[in-house]
Amino acid sequence: MSRILAVIKKEFLQMRRDRLTLGIVFALPLVQLLLFGYAIQTEVKHISTVVFDQSLSPESRDLTDSFTASGYFDVTSTANSYTAVTRMIDSGQAKVGIIYPPDFAENLKKGVPAQVQVVVDASDNMVASQAVAVANSIGLIKSQQVLFQRARLQSAPYDVRVRPWYNPDGITAYYMVPAILGIIVTMTMVMMTSVAIVRERERGTLEQLIVTPLKSYELMIGKVAPSIVLGYAQITVALLVGALVFRVPIRGSLLQLYLLTLFFITASLGLGVLISNIAKTQMQAMQMSFFVLLPSILLSGFMFPREAMPKVIYYIGAVIPLTYYLQIIRGIVLKGIGFPYLIGQVTALLIFSAIFMGIAILKFQKKIA
Amino acid sequence: MIRIANITKAFGGNIAVNDVSLHVKKQEIFGLVGPDGAGKTTLLRVVCGLITPDRGAVSIMGSDPQRLEGARENLGYMPQRFSLYGDLTVMENISFFGSMYKLSRQAIRERAEEVFAVTKLSGFEHRLADNLSGGMKQKLALTCAMITRPGILVLDEPTYGVDPESRKDFWKILYRLNQEGRTILVTTPYMDEAELCHTVAFINQGRVIKAGSPLQLKRDFPYQLLEVMVGSRDPDLFRSLDLVLDSSFYGDKYHLVVADAAAARPAVIDHLARLNIPVLRLLQIAPTMEDIFVSLAEQEVG
Ligand SMILES: Nc1ncnc2c1ncn2[C@@H]1O[C@H](COP(=O)(O)OP(=O)(O)OP(=O)(O)O)[C@@H](O)[C@H]1O
Ligand SMILES: [Mg+2]
Repeated sequence: MSRILAVIKKEFLQMRRDRLTLGIVFALPLVQLLLFGYAIQTEVKHISTVVFDQSLSPESRDLTDSFTASGYFDVTSTANSYTAVTRMIDSGQAKVGIIYPPDFAENLKKGVPAQVQVVVDASDNMVASQAVAVANSIGLIKSQQVLFQRARLQSAPYDVRVRPWYNPDGITAYYMVPAILGIIVTMTMVMMTSVAIVRERERGTLEQLIVTPLKSYELMIGKVAPSIVLGYAQITVALLVGALVFRVPIRGSLLQLYLLTLFFITASLGLGVLISNIAKTQMQAMQMSFFVLLPSILLSGFMFPREAMPKVIYYIGAVIPLTYYLQIIRGIVLKGIGFPYLIGQVTALLIFSAIFMGIAILKFQKKIA
Repeated sequence: MIRIANITKAFGGNIAVNDVSLHVKKQEIFGLVGPDGAGKTTLLRVVCGLITPDRGAVSIMGSDPQRLEGARENLGYMPQRFSLYGDLTVMENISFFGSMYKLSRQAIRERAEEVFAVTKLSGFEHRLADNLSGGMKQKLALTCAMITRPGILVLDEPTYGVDPESRKDFWKILYRLNQEGRTILVTTPYMDEAELCHTVAFINQGRVIKAGSPLQLKRDFPYQLLEVMVGSRDPDLFRSLDLVLDSSFYGDKYHLVVADAAAARPAVIDHLARLNIPVLRLLQIAPTMEDIFVSLAEQEVG
């Protein structure tokens, strides 16, 4: 025990003098969250729109107003011909064109489907899908209103309303911020510890260290423990940014979040220290870290929903600690659920920690060659 | 104190240590002397348990070769490369290594003072190890190796890359530690340091070619030596002379290995006169460790 403490103390002393690393540890969550958070605003609003109104009727104006009122479309200009609309979209001055045929109002009155053409620049996938979806629903809502009026009903016969729980406004930041937090923590923890042992090997300090009676497990634990503090510091910074900048509500217990995060940190550290025992050089350690972090980001459910993945890929995702942590942190932060719902995930992280650390300790030889 | 029996260690196809057997006696300064790549470091690492030999065994203070862990606590090791933490201060390094042996803070303090008194490192306790001079770094490393008050010190080229003044200093310290009763196993590439050891083992290409006290080695040296100073710098100047068994050029003088100095002397003078090279100095000298080593190494190859 006293030896573990001595190693921990030494690591802290070295950490304190390594200002660069320390700076990165704190700046990383800040910069990453702000960059990611703002960049991944998948909601697209205020799409520039050109209107070619051949009907020039109160009905056509009413529909255009509905488009504007949705907040998704900004009518930035009007056109006098098809070619004018095409030109504006080609040149990028507008992303969407709304075209009313001359008989629009008449058809509406006659009860014949009144066609409106919405042209969308689909070269920007995000904008296109958003515009299509919103235009469709505006069309639907408007049709319903007209139908009800005709049927002289006060309200629609069916009223199906989808309520997206946990994140009713579909705010991307709510969903992304906790996940980014997980990625930042695992990235830092794995990369920092992955060089922990090889660095001493490369610098030659390991040679002096292993002639002492220091045990393999004492060294591993002593090396890893100080990083837990850093992990928590990062999480605190990230949560503060999430809450203050992106207004992510934390619905569950903060205390539980902190407690359960411990196992995610230890699993990441275990992975890092294992890499450190396998790698021959710091360079190799870094490469190996990237090699394991990349699938973490792709397969954990951070980018793509795991349910939609092919079976094989789905199961690969099941051996990634981040997968379980995303469920934990999204669960606590967004759903407000607690430990009883997360026992499975916590157990998985505990098993990862034990396996990684165990192999690392067994693998470490007090030898030079 | 240390018995090294038939140690062999190869890295891939490269035999670093080849069937080496040595005995380091109690309270002696044992010098392992040899050029770069001779296998000195590898042998010391085997002694310290950092490398498992392919063959052979090491026994420390009569311990069972299988159970060296305990015996090794009585052994202080100073690696060839500076192996302390450059980003820790002198005292932090000492405390850290002291704690590895579960020494109390008080004990560490006391022992550090004790060694500082010898190494004259006091006053630098709070300086980062990286900011020490080469000589002071070595003294710090020695202090850390001494923290358990070991009976045996294993030092790998402790004076390598250190200025001549600090080298002398360092050897004074070694002598003092030795007089206090410690056994010292030290490697060096410097032949002048070999003279300072009680016992010297010459090691070359993984093999011990000869071992003994400097005096003994000199007495056993079957040849005589002529030192010649001339205006020439041609290393092959004496190649054609049959009486000169071997010659080495040391920048401003030649050392000629001959069987009989009295007989060789006129031959050398003759040879130089024929070449019109004036002789600045020519005298018989006692062989240095360097001469002995070079001669032994060449016999080995030849
Ligand atoms: N870990 C290793 N892996 C592969 N080869 C090694 C290793 N350590 C030493 N060697 C090789 O073994 C031989 C002996 O090396 P060693 O370091 O023991 O020599 P040395 O006498 O200490 O030399 P120096 O004066 O350069 O320190 C060299 O050829 C070296 O390249
Ligand atoms: Mg060496």
